[in-house]
Amino acid sequence: MDATMLPEVTAAGVIVKAVIILAVIAAIAGFGTYIERKILAFMQRRLGPTHVGPFGLLQLAADGIKLFTKEDIIPQHANKFIFAIAPVITAATAFIALAAVPVFPDFTIWEWVPFLGGVFVPSIAADINVGILFVLGMMASGLYGPLLAGMAQANKWGIIGSARTAIQFLSYEVVTGLSILAPIMIVGSLSFVDFNNYQTDGLWMVVYQPVAFILFIIAGFAETNRTPFDLLEHEAEIISGYVTEYSGMRWGLFFIGEYANMITIGIIASVVFLGGYNDFWFIPAWIMIILKIAFSFFFMLWVRASWPHVRPDQLMWLCWKVLMPLAVINILITGLVIMI
Amino acid sequence: MYESIAFYVFAISTTILFLITVMSKNVLYAMTALAAGMVMISGFFFLLGADFLGVVQLVVYVGAVMALYAFGMMFFDATKDIKEKHQNPALVFLLGGLMALVFVVMFSAPIIGDNIKAFYPVIEGVGNAQAVGMVLFTKYLVPFEVAGLLLLVAMIAGIILAGKKMDYSLTESEAADEEMKIEPNSIEIQKGDA
Repeated sequence: MDATMLPEVTAAGVIVKAVIILAVIAAIAGFGTYIERKILAFMQRRLGPTHVGPFGLLQLAADGIKLFTKEDIIPQHANKFIFAIAPVITAATAFIALAAVPVFPDFTIWEWVPFLGGVFVPSIAADINVGILFVLGMMASGLYGPLLAGMAQANKWGIIGSARTAIQFLSYEVVTGLSILAPIMIVGSLSFVDFNNYQTDGLWMVVYQPVAFILFIIAGFAETNRTPFDLLEHEAEIISGYVTEYSGMRWGLFFIGEYANMITIGIIASVVFLGGYNDFWFIPAWIMIILKIAFSFFFMLWVRASWPHVRPDQLMWLCWKVLMPLAVINILITGLVIMI
Repeated sequence: MYESIAFYVFAISTTILFLITVMSKNVLYAMTALAAGMVMISGFFFLLGADFLGVVQLVVYVGAVMALYAFGMMFFDATKDIKEKHQNPALVFLLGGLMALVFVVMFSAPIIGDNIKAFYPVIEGVGNAQAVGMVLFTKYLVPFEVAGLLLLVAMIAGIILAGKKMDYSLTESEAADEEMKIEPNSIEIQKGDA
């Protein structure tokens, strides 16, 4: 490959990128459970996992062995096919969404590596120019996992879980779309690369659009069903909602999907609102983006430790009577400012 | 070559999925196949280079079918088959087949006559969203606004139909508690009657 020109994106590079995303994000998603338990324990003045390995670090391996060796139970009256594929939908859509976001910076594999030496690996696996819409759409279709799981398992708690999935999805899609519309109007593009370049020299988008940022983060909690809004599997009310009948690795797939979605929300928030993968003072770009993603991941855990669950009617009230009007007003004001 | 492989994969899977939607007796299979078929259709838009329309197809129909699921959940038991009433299956089959044939002839006639040209071809350097926006706000402005008006009417009608007791929370208000509560006196009277 010609080293002086801008390296060409080859099929091999994209495949390497896809493998990296799968391996790294799946590993982080697994490791996220450990981090979550440790951080929650720290905030609630407990110890968290301590027994397996130093600082409980090998708890992850122990949990993995437990999940893999558990019996895979499919209930007698369940719709077996749908029951079996529902967790795969959650995990697969979470990773498909990651195909269109910039995860790590561009790099070229060292020449001495056999077979793949000198292959250029792009930062985005599939650089389509409507990236934001694609990622949001894919994350939205990830909610088909909980919906189908709840309906297929012939269990009342599951049905309640999937009914809650449907209302949560149908209402918070509106807020996500409307909140991210205002930054899109300012930048005038749906591509993550354009968003990043817009913030290279100027201020971060969060300075221009603080309301949109807050709305997007709140809606992001609902999309990933994280704790103030995790009504789909709220243990105290509906046992485990859509995951009531799941065991073993199928249950684990739901978790991997949820953590991958948390990372995706973190990436979107970082690239759209928090300056993207640009240098910051003396800190290089790739450390900056990892710091930002790590902070948004930590923020989600922080909120989980600080806030109780909300009731379904409070969730609907928040969405339709507070967040949606705010988002529409934000868009109107942004439009007026752009026009003048 | 990749494009034609992708086209046939999408075409075959779309056809099979929509056949399942029509033929299946299970609500869950039918709706899942419908949703998956809608996702497969967006593949055609991506193949034609209309990324924006493909994503819109994905976003819109994923949401729309989710609303159908909500109704299915309320009306049917999703894990059991439904007994359908077929008055005259042969007639339905005949009419459906004829309709499909008419559509095939209608859409393939210009292809056979080699008479297809794009009114608004893809312009190099103009993004998908911009191209759609330009056409939508110039040539198709009136239909676009009429569609917007129709949606507004539908929204107002929906609010009026559903919003009779909107300021009335079942879990919070005192009035709901009052309604749920059984008067102690009334129980005593019933006991006395018995």
